[in-house]
Amino acid sequence: MAVAAFLTDATLCIGCKACEVACKEWNEVPEDGLVLSGFSYDNTKALGASTWRHVMFLEQPEVAGPQMADTKDPFRWVFLSDVCKHCANAGCLESCPTGAIVRTEVASVFVQPDVCNGCGYCVVSCPFGVIDKRPEDGRAFKCTFCYDRQKAGLIPACAKACPTQSIRFGDLEELHQRGKSRVQELRDRGYDDARIYDPQETSVGGIHAFFVILGEPEAYNLPPAPVVPTVHLKSAWSSALISAAVIVVLICVAFAFQTGGTL
Amino acid sequence: MKRFEPFARAKTMKPATQLKATEERLEEIRRSASDVAQRTAPLQPMGGPQNPKQESYYGLPALKAPVWTWEVPLYFFLGGIAGMSACTGFIAQLFHGGSALIRFCLWTGLVGAALCPLLLIADLGRPMRFLNMLRVFKLRSAMSMGAWILVAFSNCVLLAVVCFELQLRGFANPLLVGLLWLAEAAAAVTGLLLAGYTGVLIGATAVPVWSENRTLLPAHFLTSGFGGAAGILELAGFLIPATQILGFAASGIETLIEVMLQVRKRPVDTPLHHGGSGRALLLAGLLEGPAALLLRAFLGSGSKGRCAAAGVFLIGSLLSRYAWIWAGRASARDPGAQLQKKA
Repeated sequence: MAVAAFLTDATLCIGCKACEVACKEWNEVPEDGLVLSGFSYDNTKALGASTWRHVMFLEQPEVAGPQMADTKDPFRWVFLSDVCKHCANAGCLESCPTGAIVRTEVASVFVQPDVCNGCGYCVVSCPFGVIDKRPEDGRAFKCTFCYDRQKAGLIPACAKACPTQSIRFGDLEELHQRGKSRVQELRDRGYDDARIYDPQETSVGGIHAFFVILGEPEAYNLPPAPVVPTVHLKSAWSSALISAAVIVVLICVAFAFQTGGTL
Repeated sequence: MKRFEPFARAKTMKPATQLKATEERLEEIRRSASDVAQRTAPLQPMGGPQNPKQESYYGLPALKAPVWTWEVPLYFFLGGIAGMSACTGFIAQLFHGGSALIRFCLWTGLVGAALCPLLLIADLGRPMRFLNMLRVFKLRSAMSMGAWILVAFSNCVLLAVVCFELQLRGFANPLLVGLLWLAEAAAAVTGLLLAGYTGVLIGATAVPVWSENRTLLPAHFLTSGFGGAAGILELAGFLIPATQILGFAASGIETLIEVMLQVRKRPVDTPLHHGGSGRALLLAGLLEGPAALLLRAFLGSGSKGRCAAAGVFLIGSLLSRYAWIWAGRASARDPGAQLQKKA
């Protein structure tokens, strides 16, 4: 099975936000607030129900790098276009009680808007804080991986609009190779903290939208050790069943005393 | 090209005439972006340290906060009482408890079973689609299991009430008695699940303070549930030894839980000790635990003292469900709780 993937490269991103614009326009995503955050040039702040691509602007003080700004306090300016990770083991998909969230034939994670009833359980089940409920609509939304465009043989709108090929769309295996060689290339050029963010060793089991980043993933709000919440089910249910058994015994004892009339 | 049917229903692909225009528009976005933007420096390292330590992205949340409104914690509370009432009623039946008590337990279960779905439906973003909850049976989704548990419980407790009322009115045929026992037993089992699964529901999420307390939560919610059910019985006048014992047991266990929470201070538990959620949880824990326990120990010989203990326990139990949801919101807002987690 062909697995569709995004490789988003922070070292190629110029922070133009064409991906954000293209995504909003193609998917007809509503406006979700025009506010100034004060965080560098980022006024989008986070992914959400109406933000499916989000360009981050990291200012890393005292670090030399590709986007060194010409100021008296030099900093490395790093941009990264964040997106739904389309996890191999997706918390949102596992937790969805209606079956609205499905895995498509290209292994992406898709929310069927005609099925979602807005229960909100996916919102607390995503270890990356991606999917959210759109209050004025009631349903949960996230990146569709431009499933409609893919069905029509087109590449996702963000990848199409990216002027620097920072966002690459293609087969997962091919992009894995490309990501590896890109990191090697960067390291050869002196970027010792270049790395791939793709938590394959965790219960998430890898992501289909992975990243080339500079520095620690925490700086991008990417969890170093994401957990798919279904792994907690066994211990939680065990606790529930053991507690229930103890409580049944307790109630039996209480009523046994009652009939015995000893209290 | 063959269209994927479910998707075609959801959103129609733009017609071909429009498609050309939109593709040109995407090209235009790309051109204008590359015209405006340019690199400020060549892709060359410029010396100096690398790998800076930044704990999070501008301190913004790394997770989305729970979107559940006031209905959900109230449902946790009522579901716990309804489920444990039906369970208590069945066990009372096993030990030849009074008919009035069993009847009251079953009716409490039924009233709860009637209110719970209303609360859950009101919380949905699309309430008219509540039946979509029943289009799949999914063991891996605690929410799906909860929906089925609630449906099963409601039906069992309704059947039990109908059989019980018929029996009271003199319809004493063996089939009816058998059906009553079956319905009561099924309501007791599903009632236990209803009172306990809500702890699993929030325990098996990405919210750190919930998932790190996933074994405590079901135990706490079940204890809160059976103590609440016994409390309702006492307030309704069933001041019998059994409810006294259950009241002592529930507030005793809640005291232990409160002591454990106060002693074990992990960083992930910050929302349980600080801020609004911390204060609410402390108050709830004190009411459910020590306050109810002391009231019962010193004034429990009188009916007023027992009712006060039961009332205090119920208030604490209700407040605790809200406090846990508030704690989840605070935990999701704190990026450190998620980002500093180790594999």
